Amino acid sequence: MSALRLAVNQDNCSGCRVCQLVCAMEQFSENNPKKGRLGIHGRFPEPGKYEISYCDQCGVCADVCPVEAIEEHDDGYYWVNEELCTGCMLCVEECPRDVMFTHPDRETPFKCVDCGVCVTYCPRNAIYDADDPQRTKYKEFEEVQ
Amino acid sequence: MLYGYAGRILRVNLGDGSKEVTDTPEEMAREFIGSRGFGSKILWDELDADVKPFDRDNIIVMAAGPLSGVLLPSSGKISFHTKSPATGGYADSNMGGHICAELKQAGYDAVVIEGRAAEPSYLYLEDDEVEVRPAGDLWGMGCFEGEEYLKEELGEDAQIALIGPAGENKVKYACIGHDFGRQAGRCGVGAVMGDKNLKAVAVRGSRTIPLKDPEAVYEKGKAMYQEVFDNPGFLEWTPEGTAGVTDWINEIGSFPTKNFWTGYFEDYDKINGRAILEQILVTHKGCFSCPIPCGKYSTGTVGDEDFVVEGPEYETIAMMGGNLMLDSIEKVAYVNKVADDLGLDTISGGNVIAFAIECFEKGLLDEEMVGRTLEWGNVDDVAYVLDLIARREGIGDLLAEGVRYASRQIGGGSQQFAIETKGLEWSGYESRWAPSQMLAYATADVGAHHNRAWGITYDIAVGRDALEGKAEKIVELQHLRPLFDALGICRFPWVEIDFDLQHYEEIFKIVTGMDFSWEDLLRASERIWNLNRAFNMKHIPGFGREDDSVPERFFEEDVPTGPAEGHRLPRADFEKLLDRYYELRGWDVNGRPTPETLAELGLDFVIEELDLQ
Repeated sequence: MSALRLAVNQDNCSGCRVCQLVCAMEQFSENNPKKGRLGIHGRFPEPGKYEISYCDQCGVCADVCPVEAIEEHDDGYYWVNEELCTGCMLCVEECPRDVMFTHPDRETPFKCVDCGVCVTYCPRNAIYDADDPQRTKYKEFEEVQ
Repeated sequence: MLYGYAGRILRVNLGDGSKEVTDTPEEMAREFIGSRGFGSKILWDELDADVKPFDRDNIIVMAAGPLSGVLLPSSGKISFHTKSPATGGYADSNMGGHICAELKQAGYDAVVIEGRAAEPSYLYLEDDEVEVRPAGDLWGMGCFEGEEYLKEELGEDAQIALIGPAGENKVKYACIGHDFGRQAGRCGVGAVMGDKNLKAVAVRGSRTIPLKDPEAVYEKGKAMYQEVFDNPGFLEWTPEGTAGVTDWINEIGSFPTKNFWTGYFEDYDKINGRAILEQILVTHKGCFSCPIPCGKYSTGTVGDEDFVVEGPEYETIAMMGGNLMLDSIEKVAYVNKVADDLGLDTISGGNVIAFAIECFEKGLLDEEMVGRTLEWGNVDDVAYVLDLIARREGIGDLLAEGVRYASRQIGGGSQQFAIETKGLEWSGYESRWAPSQMLAYATADVGAHHNRAWGITYDIAVGRDALEGKAEKIVELQHLRPLFDALGICRFPWVEIDFDLQHYEEIFKIVTGMDFSWEDLLRASERIWNLNRAFNMKHIPGFGREDDSVPERFFEEDVPTGPAEGHRLPRADFEKLLDRYYELRGWDVNGRPTPETLAELGLDFVIEELDLQ
């Protein structure tokens, strides 16, 4: 059981990518949303919405990894052990939510480790903590929309 | 090494497909900051006075700034620069969306586009890959269809800036569209793309933007977001976005109505921000890194057509709502969609059509010339004329030139109500009882545009009839607001929710490592302002005081209705303001920077080239 259960309200997403920016800064210390560990997909011109793809720590990546490089952490999330990973990218292909990410700079894939920084800085409560939906500091948000 | 900057400038010649990548000059970064400043400097350096806007030798510069794409609120503003087909002078037009951050991540601070492609083309950039590709079926498509087409071909994550039929047909106020609803709307930047046979620029970038102190930027950036969240303006302003200002502007009698005939529109509450939220909103749509999304993606039905559109934002509500007297938000959204898809600026577009309707009303245009009758508040008339303009068919060919040219051709006193300055149509603030704003429109570098100095709040704050201090305020704003454009970020966190400017000074230092104070940055902004003035002097024969004028209507007619009824700015007062403004700027009475002023700003090369000694 993961310590943090991410949940999304797709309708709130405005596509700003702050989640990807803070994610890449938190995890890689790089200003590069292309190294974020969740996905934002615009569906325009119709129907006119954004879709967020995020990891629910289902563990399929760990199951399919031929070298057991993806391990379950005590806190319940799965993480890529880069020392074991061979970069075969099978996990990327098999991930049911398309949230095993790759980047030309990196030989191994990377994934969400439930740090929760996206939840803290999403300006629109579009991605939130399922166990603590009131975690946000601007609870009135839903009321004024 | 430069930090904050991508570090490279790309030059592409569409004629022969050649490309060149050079390092971003450190000296240019220190003196002109980025984005707007880079565009200004490159235009100055590279365009001879005799190059016409539609000459092959005109260039387009698309430029990001040192803070563009960086983790801080609303850091995704890109600007396009060229010699303007609307004014013959300096042009820049900026927009948000996601292409600015993408360009930085592809490794470029600026792209300089030269020459003219032999056939309709688009430019593809992906990190080091640069290719001029045939546009094929893309040519002729509207902005929405075209962007969808390219995303299908290149992938959903490619960021695309493109023109519609209006740009292809070189309408003088054709815009550049992006992200299904963002536009670099003003000055006809899209027409220059059309002239270059350039349908689109598609960008994809994977690189990390180098920061001087990434840990410090991360902490500072997070603190800036937190402060936005804690700011009362965050929840108050965001839901309606710019449309939220409609009621207030109407209340103070500055809402352009019926071709700026008056400043009050009876049906304002049918086209305001509340109407968007209650009637047509689909989703709030934001730009890169922006916590306060002003984009309102909407849907509606007009006639038998169901449509979606991003908007309308305030300017479109003003210029296509009040100014054309459309009395429902659905109708305003519909003509917004028509204009966006055709690739026409809704500000100039609304202004031009209002001019045409007034001409029709006064018998200067007739049914035979137009192909139908024209009346205020008729959504079908507006859509019809927009289409004619974009295709340059019938009367549309004349109207495609803008109101300055059209009024000179039509005559009959129509110049009095051709609402333009320097050849660029006014945007959405009727200013007869707002001297600061009037001066701002008269002196903006690109022609009549509000975003260089939004002085109207100052008029209200200190008294609308007062003149004292107003020239000072406009000079101050003309350095402050365009500085955001030089940094490559959006000013809305500051303008709309009163975000502390101190943040920008601090983050600039840790992003770039350059030890600039806010005063240093403002000084650079003043340098850019003067350089643009010099550009206009170089490129527009006889450029000077007469070009800082406002339409005759504003001197000749009192505001006839609404809260500003009976008011107008006396011509003598306007001239007084202008005198004071020139004095503050260190310009002569004809509005030309003195050699001393230029030298003080480090613009000695301007003195030399303009032979001002």
